[in-house]
Amino acid sequence: MINTVCRLVSSRLFEEVYVDVDTQDKVIVRPKYLSICHADQRYYQGKRSAQTLSKKLPMALIHEAIGEVVKDFTNTFKPGDMVVMIPNTPYEIDDLVSENYLESSKFRSSDLDGFMEDYVIIDSNRLIKIPEFINPKVASFTEFVSVSVHAIKRFNEIANSRRDTIGIWGDGNLGYITALILKFLMPKSKIYIFGVHQDKLNLFSFVDGVYLVDDVPSDLRINHAIECVGGLGSQDAINQIIDLIKPEGTICLLGVSEYKVPINTRDVLSKGLHVFGVSRSGREDFLDVFKLYKKYPKLLTYLENLVGDVIIVNSLNDVDNAFNKDSNLRFGKTIMFWDK
Amino acid sequence: MIFAAILAGGNGTRMGNTEKPKQFLQLGSKPIIIHTIEKFYINEAFEKVIVLTPKEWINHTNNLIKKYIPDADNVVVIEGGTLRNDTIMAAISYIEDNYDLSDDDIILTHDSVRPFVTYRIIEENIKAAEEYGACDTVIPATDTIVESKDAKFVSNIPRRDMIYQGQTPQSFKILKLKELYNKLTDSEKEILTDACKIFLLKNEKISLVKGDLTNIKITYAYDLRVANAILDVL
Repeated sequence: MINTVCRLVSSRLFEEVYVDVDTQDKVIVRPKYLSICHADQRYYQGKRSAQTLSKKLPMALIHEAIGEVVKDFTNTFKPGDMVVMIPNTPYEIDDLVSENYLESSKFRSSDLDGFMEDYVIIDSNRLIKIPEFINPKVASFTEFVSVSVHAIKRFNEIANSRRDTIGIWGDGNLGYITALILKFLMPKSKIYIFGVHQDKLNLFSFVDGVYLVDDVPSDLRINHAIECVGGLGSQDAINQIIDLIKPEGTICLLGVSEYKVPINTRDVLSKGLHVFGVSRSGREDFLDVFKLYKKYPKLLTYLENLVGDVIIVNSLNDVDNAFNKDSNLRFGKTIMFWDK
Repeated sequence: MIFAAILAGGNGTRMGNTEKPKQFLQLGSKPIIIHTIEKFYINEAFEKVIVLTPKEWINHTNNLIKKYIPDADNVVVIEGGTLRNDTIMAAISYIEDNYDLSDDDIILTHDSVRPFVTYRIIEENIKAAEEYGACDTVIPATDTIVESKDAKFVSNIPRRDMIYQGQTPQSFKILKLKELYNKLTDSEKEILTDACKIFLLKNEKISLVKGDLTNIKITYAYDLRVANAILDVL
């Protein structure tokens, strides 16, 4: 079938291309709500290295999206079913390594075209039907939530059981979602947020304490930490965590940095810390997100606070408009309603 | 009910001649007509996708469908008419013979040689035909259109900002289209090159649906080169 794909050709320049795609044993999904991620913004604004841009582009962006099943050649779904699309695409099964860490896996909007397409032609196991009680705008960033869920699951397996205080570094969307889920899953732990913007920290009304990173009480210590900063702030955040964390604590790294980050390994050694990283998520994590929404419906009301501008996209100009608005957004998610 | 009519009539060139009708030429991995049918048959909204071809090409068209889209059980191939509007009326006759029609039922008519039609264009046609009774898919004209009545001198240069180029689909309420067509005089029918004009001649509204520059009609060898050039094969 001929499919129209909206690819980023170079910084701030989209182009529509037509691809002849095989639909055999696939599901045809019409994208509906697409949520913009920082990773998409970095491509859009040309903030990746020249080498990366020349290797990856042209490519369709967006890896957080939901859509409506148009036709299913596998008979798994019915036309009209609303589904979330999983961007990670594994090509093998490994007993030990999760699908999102397999070197052979490909990720939409990084290794493959993302979801900015007329139709998404996709394997049925990369789709999950969205329960009806979930607001589609919130459902559009399920992938984003699934990364936090994945991180917390890993954290739960790795961190020791002394969890009186857990610190989260980062006052952005990722910090918000991670803190929120942690608060519901580990209600006995005190959750502290460390950030640099007082106005954003004020939005974390559900946690036990918020701190500006340059104004932390001298006696404050934490058992474990999750870093959701990334970028140029990674170095300061990780080193502050190493300073404040108690011995044998666990540090989970979630923030993506373009640069290599020097950290205080002397104290990592002397405190016997566990440092581990997480990236992306897999099908199981998406399923766990929907289980969480069912168990804690209040989560959804908090997540609705993250819905920022919802921009109706009829043209490539509207896509530019959405990305430009998103780049000025201080908090929350910009969502495109795909109507082009 | 919503029906699609894929118009593949017009060229009765026989197999064995060097030129096949353009809708059967290969574009990427499949014949053009198959790409076009695919855009409609995957859409559950359509009760039936009716493909209209000259009589001598019915078997060939059926064979192609069987080969490339064997599960296309909502597609039927029937004989079209001599002129475009005869072909559309043949589709309507087929629908009337097989379904009980109501005033709200609509038909999307689409050129078989416009395989780049998008989801949005199809959906907006359905909505516009349901709301207004008739719609035409258009794009704003980029070239200035010049009218000449004698093919020698310019008789008129219409304002370009009010001129659009027609594409397809063109979509209609089925019973209304039939009623208006039957009211036309023979001389009116003779000058019809376009189904929307049936509504226009009878002072009925036709709404505009925004088309797309790439929703091209593959008419000449040049168009096929363009179509193959803009198509990536994954």
